[in-house]
Amino acid sequence: MADREFRAVDLAAERGERLLFEDLQFTLSPGQLLQISGRNGCGKTSLLRILSGLSRPTAGEVYWGDEPIRSVDGGTGSCLGYLGHQNALKEDMTAEENILIAGRLGGGRPERETVLAMLESLGLAGYEDLPVRFLSQGQKRRVALARLLLQPRALLILDEPYAALDVQVIQVLRGAIEAHLARRGMIVITTHQAVDIDGDCRNLHLG
Amino acid sequence: MFRPLFALLRRDLTLALRRPQDALTVVGFFVVVVALFPLGIGPDPEFLRSLAPGVLWVAALLAVMLSLERLFSDDYRDGTLEQLLLVPEPMGLLVLTKIFAHWLITGLPLVLISPLLALQLNLRPDEIATLMLALLIGTPILSLIGAIGAALTLGLRGGGVLIALLILPLYAPPLILGAGAVDAVMHGSSAQAHLSLLGAMMVFALFATPWATAAAVRIMLD
Repeated sequence: MADREFRAVDLAAERGERLLFEDLQFTLSPGQLLQISGRNGCGKTSLLRILSGLSRPTAGEVYWGDEPIRSVDGGTGSCLGYLGHQNALKEDMTAEENILIAGRLGGGRPERETVLAMLESLGLAGYEDLPVRFLSQGQKRRVALARLLLQPRALLILDEPYAALDVQVIQVLRGAIEAHLARRGMIVITTHQAVDIDGDCRNLHLG
Repeated sequence: MFRPLFALLRRDLTLALRRPQDALTVVGFFVVVVALFPLGIGPDPEFLRSLAPGVLWVAALLAVMLSLERLFSDDYRDGTLEQLLLVPEPMGLLVLTKIFAHWLITGLPLVLISPLLALQLNLRPDEIATLMLALLIGTPILSLIGAIGAALTLGLRGGGVLIALLILPLYAPPLILGAGAVDAVMHGSSAQAHLSLLGAMMVFALFATPWATAAAVRIMLD
C-alpha cells in the first residue's frame, strides 16, 4: 500500500441553489477509517462522489498525497475503489463474470479460485453461475462488495455498504474492513447503522 | 494496457450476444425501411436504381441512429459507466472500445446485408461493391459521431429524439460522400475521390470524437 495521505481541503458543494456544506476538511492517514454521518439529504453521497473524483466540488480540492485526486498518475481509479448506491453489475452476466471482468478492467489478472472463495465467504456459494438478475437485492449488494474487496486499492469509499445486508454478512464485511485497515489501507464510509470496527476510526458529522 | 480494453470489448460483445434482439432490431429496421421504398414509389427498375444510393444511405444512418441511445444508457442506468470512469485507463480509449463494439454489433451487419437490398433496388455488381466499401468506411463515422450525441443526452428524458436532432445534421457529410461514391460509379466515373474523403473523415473522427465523447460522459455523470 502506498503510504500517502488522503486530504480534503476547504471543500464546498451545492446542489441546485442550496449549499450542502462548506469549509470541510480532513486528513486521512494509512490505516484510518472515516465514518461520515448525518441526516438524509445533508450531502453524504455528494461528498463521497467528490472524494472519488466523480464530481467536482464547488470549491476546495481533494488530494492524494500531494496530487489533486483528479490528476493522479494512472487515473483516480488506480488509488481508490468506490461503491455507490448502484451496484454496477451487468444483469445478464453471472456474479463470477461480473467480478472477473471488473478485475481485468482494473488492470489485474483475477483468478477464478480467488473470486469463488470471496463469493463463498460472503455467503454466495452456489449462486456464482446464475445471471445477476435472478439474485435478490441483498445478494446483488454482496456481489458488488466482493468485486470491490478483490480490487487491491489503498482507499475504499463505501456508500451505505450495509444496506440490504443480513447480520452474518455485515460481520464478514466488518472483518474485511478491519483487515483492510490492518494492511494500512484507508476507508471512507457512510452508514446509518452503528457497526463497531476495531481500528483507528474517526467521525465526521455533516449538516 | 490493452488487456482492460480487450476485457471491455469482450464484455460488450458478450452482452450483445445474450440479447441478440437489440442488434437484430437495427438490421430489421434497415431492411424494412429500404423495402418500403419500392412499395411507395412504384416498381420502375430504372427509377429505383437512380434512387438506390440515397435510399440505402439514409436508411443506414437512421438505423444507426436508432441504436445509439443504447450505447451508453444501459451502462449509465446500472452504474457501470460510473465504475468505468474509475478504471485506470484513459476514458477516451475506453469510449473508443465501446464505440468499436457498437459498430461490430450494429454497423457491420448493415454493411453485410446491404448487397441483398442493393440487388432489390437493381444495382449492378460494381455499384454494389462500391456501396459496401463506402458503408464499411462510413458506418464507423456514424457510430463515432453519434457517440457524442449519445453521451450528451445521457439521463435525459426523450433522449432518443434529442440525439436525432443533435446528430442528424452532422451526418450530412458522410451521407453526401457515401451516396456520391455509388452515384459516381453509376455514371461511369471513379468513386476514388469520394471514398478518399470519406476515409479522411473517418480518420479524423477516430482521433477527435472519443475525447469529446469522454468529456461529455464526465460532464453528464458529474
